[in-house]
Amino acid sequence: MRKPEQELAEIKSMMERSTRFLSLSGLAGILAGIYAFAGAGIAWFWIYFPLTEYGAGSEVITHADLQTNLLVLAIIVLLLAIGTAYLLSQQKSKKNSDKFWTPASKRFLLALFIPVLAGGLFSFALIHESSYQLIAPATLIFYGLGLINASHFTLGEIRNLGIGQLILGLAGAFFPEFGLVCWALGFGVLHVIYGSMMYYKYDR
Amino acid sequence: MKGNYDKAFENVIRLRIMSILMVNERYDFNSFKEILDVTDGNLASHLRNLENAAYITVEKTFSGRKPLTNYLATKAGKKAFQAHLDFLENLINANKT
Repeated sequence: MRKPEQELAEIKSMMERSTRFLSLSGLAGILAGIYAFAGAGIAWFWIYFPLTEYGAGSEVITHADLQTNLLVLAIIVLLLAIGTAYLLSQQKSKKNSDKFWTPASKRFLLALFIPVLAGGLFSFALIHESSYQLIAPATLIFYGLGLINASHFTLGEIRNLGIGQLILGLAGAFFPEFGLVCWALGFGVLHVIYGSMMYYKYDR
Repeated sequence: MKGNYDKAFENVIRLRIMSILMVNERYDFNSFKEILDVTDGNLASHLRNLENAAYITVEKTFSGRKPLTNYLATKAGKKAFQAHLDFLENLINANKT
């Protein structure tokens, strides 16, 4: 018979590995934060530039040109972030000689993307209804809920990242003049902070 | 002493299989093969062993056209595993004092 401590450790490790997607890359979080921060900077420049007042320019978004530009910008940032996360996480799972597509990783993605997809569609509804000031808070709230939901199937830190996004989203909903600032803090700064924490803890 | 050392879980592969099925509602053959890093034959014999003990059940379905074999822990299996866990924990506590 093996040592009971060893036996319990074996059981615990198997339970974790079979339910949690552990290849999530911290570096991808840092890069996603940088893309988001750059994107928010460009958006701020387009929307508010001559005026430094945060919310004074929010009617300007009704210009069709600016609307299209912002949408394209948002999609580019999103694709860059998802692409980076996919590539770096795949690399990490290869390094740890884990499979990338496992029941655990599929469950993680499903848990994350159901709220996130709903949030994306909801944002289109907000554009349609011209409620532009609520788009930034809505994306934060849905993303936060998605992260909290998905945290059961991956590294535990993700839960706190989700709560942070949720709080910033709710704050931005009550103070729409700070919507873009909250967005930059959530998708930019929080991603960099949590990404670096995860990088130092798991990736090195 | 509380709990019961179960011979069915003496083998480490069977112990791992049962650990996985305690926290996953169902788990398929190929995923078992990947996570446990064992050969088809070896895995199949351990699964059959647990099945014969009535600790797990098999569920055959199709994913598209490919056959998919899922395994689930039975009530008896979960109970036996819990007793095995209790035994190990009590053993550790007994050794401490």
